[in-house]
Amino acid sequence: MNAGPSAADRDSAYVRIANLTKRFGDFVAVDDVSLDIRRGEIFCLLGGSGSGKTTLLRMLAGFELPSAGTIGIDGADMSAIPPYERPVNMMFQSYALFPHMSVEKNVAFGLEQEGLGREQIRRQVGEILDIVKMGGFGARKPHQLSGGQRQRVALARALVKRPKLLLLDEPLAALDKKLREHTQFELINIQQRLGVTFIVVTHDQEEAMTLGTRLGVMNHGRIAQIGTPSDIYESPATRFVADFIGSVNMFEGQVSDEGADSLRIDCTELGCTVRAERTVSCTRGATVWTAIRPEKINISRQSLAGAQPGAAENAVRGTVREIAYMGDMSIYLVQIDSGRMMRVTLPNVMRAAERPIAREESVWLSWHGSSPVVLTE
Amino acid sequence: MRLTTASGRRLVAGIPILWLLVLFLIPFIIVFRISFSEVRLAIPPYTPLLLWRHGSWELQLHWSAYTFLFTDPLYVSSYVYSLKVAAVSTLCCLGLGYPMAYAIARSDAAMRPVLLMLIVLPFWTSFLLRVYAWIGLLKNNGVINNLLMYLGVIHHPLALLQTDFAVYIGIVYSYLPFMILPLYANLEKHDGTLLEAAADLGARPLRAFLRVTLPQSFAGIVAGSLLVFIPAVGEYVIPTLLGRTDQIMIGRVLSDEFFENRDWPVASAVAILILLLLVVPIMLFQRLERRELEAAK
Repeated sequence: MNAGPSAADRDSAYVRIANLTKRFGDFVAVDDVSLDIRRGEIFCLLGGSGSGKTTLLRMLAGFELPSAGTIGIDGADMSAIPPYERPVNMMFQSYALFPHMSVEKNVAFGLEQEGLGREQIRRQVGEILDIVKMGGFGARKPHQLSGGQRQRVALARALVKRPKLLLLDEPLAALDKKLREHTQFELINIQQRLGVTFIVVTHDQEEAMTLGTRLGVMNHGRIAQIGTPSDIYESPATRFVADFIGSVNMFEGQVSDEGADSLRIDCTELGCTVRAERTVSCTRGATVWTAIRPEKINISRQSLAGAQPGAAENAVRGTVREIAYMGDMSIYLVQIDSGRMMRVTLPNVMRAAERPIAREESVWLSWHGSSPVVLTE
Repeated sequence: MRLTTASGRRLVAGIPILWLLVLFLIPFIIVFRISFSEVRLAIPPYTPLLLWRHGSWELQLHWSAYTFLFTDPLYVSSYVYSLKVAAVSTLCCLGLGYPMAYAIARSDAAMRPVLLMLIVLPFWTSFLLRVYAWIGLLKNNGVINNLLMYLGVIHHPLALLQTDFAVYIGIVYSYLPFMILPLYANLEKHDGTLLEAAADLGARPLRAFLRVTLPQSFAGIVAGSLLVFIPAVGEYVIPTLLGRTDQIMIGRVLSDEFFENRDWPVASAVAILILLLLVVPIMLFQRLERRELEAAK
């Protein structure tokens, strides 16, 4: 039906948010945000509570008027268009299904507003209910459905008008973990089938990573970073992003030497020097932060290459304080000689290791030079 | 322990049951019984139900009170008139009360108690006084007529008092809070995101109201309407003070039969028929309430 967006469409901005600001009294909920969203992508706005992500979504839907800035969808300016005339539909966090209407009536509501014929409405409602696998539930009332079924009906209701843009506010937050994982993939499936552009707001980084073609991390009303999930995870731009997405070991240090493609950083907090790939521009003596993901750290009983305590590079000695067994992996909390704790995760590759590392054991932590991310802000 | 909670529960349920039994059911049975007797000049002023005659008890049921109600057109027309007055007043209360309740429910949360207080405030003055005050406003040389004449809008006083219009004003004025409060209780619980969802799906504000808010407030409309309609049917004070003299309402008929004519059987029959008229809407209401409760589960 929809042949999918062409390559040219992909690169141009389909939704253009320019210098968008929203103030509530003295509080600035959204602060000068500019953002381009491409046709047919799933864009995830990720942020904590109060980061402004929901306000941004509500401005796209038309429920809040921007204090400044513009929103353009497919070339048309949305500033003066009320919500009931926007080519945008929203799936609410609470689903907001009409409790006094059956599933069919709920889904048909949007089409009825367009004044379509009864037969056509019935056909389109049937089609979309089949797509979300709720075909047999048309006559039920929302209170007779489970949480997952309600979520599907809400999705069908938002999609049935084939909006240019679908806004999803925490679409999976009300589902339990197993159902959430399953539904994530189904959402992506449906999105690709219908070719509708999705903007998803979520506070759940895992959800954002799996759903999103691209993510926008929001903090204090601003966009902290935009990129693909792996961009954001592997190359966070700021300490906030590094800390917000996944867990990270972060240490302050000074640049002591700069090579053509590597940096040496002295970290007193860490008790060793860090050699990292040069990804940012900084001068000798500058204060930077090194961030190392827990899964990129190696843990072993012997030091690698005979490193000495205090003089090692990319290696540090410590004592295991806690071990959390998670099944697929284990988390080690290691107190390094400087006193700070480091978090290390190891996959449990073998069913039973011969002599597993135990609590209070003395260990060496080391990492590859490509692992640390150097952050200047 | 379990014994005390069980007996405690029985006590809690028992008090209202006892209350209804002593103060409602028993008087009702007495009235019901009187309606099947005939007038006589005695104390009490009606014939006994059971008579000792020829060595055995004899049941004496008289239908005369009921047949009398249908032979004299006064009664039927009073019933019809009462229903009409109550229905019109209820619709007026609904038309006035719904927007007020909606506005209060949509107002700032801090303002709501104040606005509700204002709705209830008239109850702080005696009901009778407030109805008398309307006489002062509506009579020929009352405030309204004097003002209109002074302004030159009219040259002869309008006949406002002792009209249907005056009765409607009196009833609507007195019973409006009973419409607003249950409506407010209903509307206040509505989820605002449902209206956003309706707007998002393309419904203009008026359509969203008609399709989403109005159907969901149906229980509140019914509750408020019954709270106005039921007492309005039997209303005595307002039509007596403000209403027509050529057409009386059934509450007045009831009172006249008891106190003027001393015809207790006919008065009782009138009372029983009012009750029967009102039982139907009450039962409808209860059925609706039960359905709502089930839906809420």
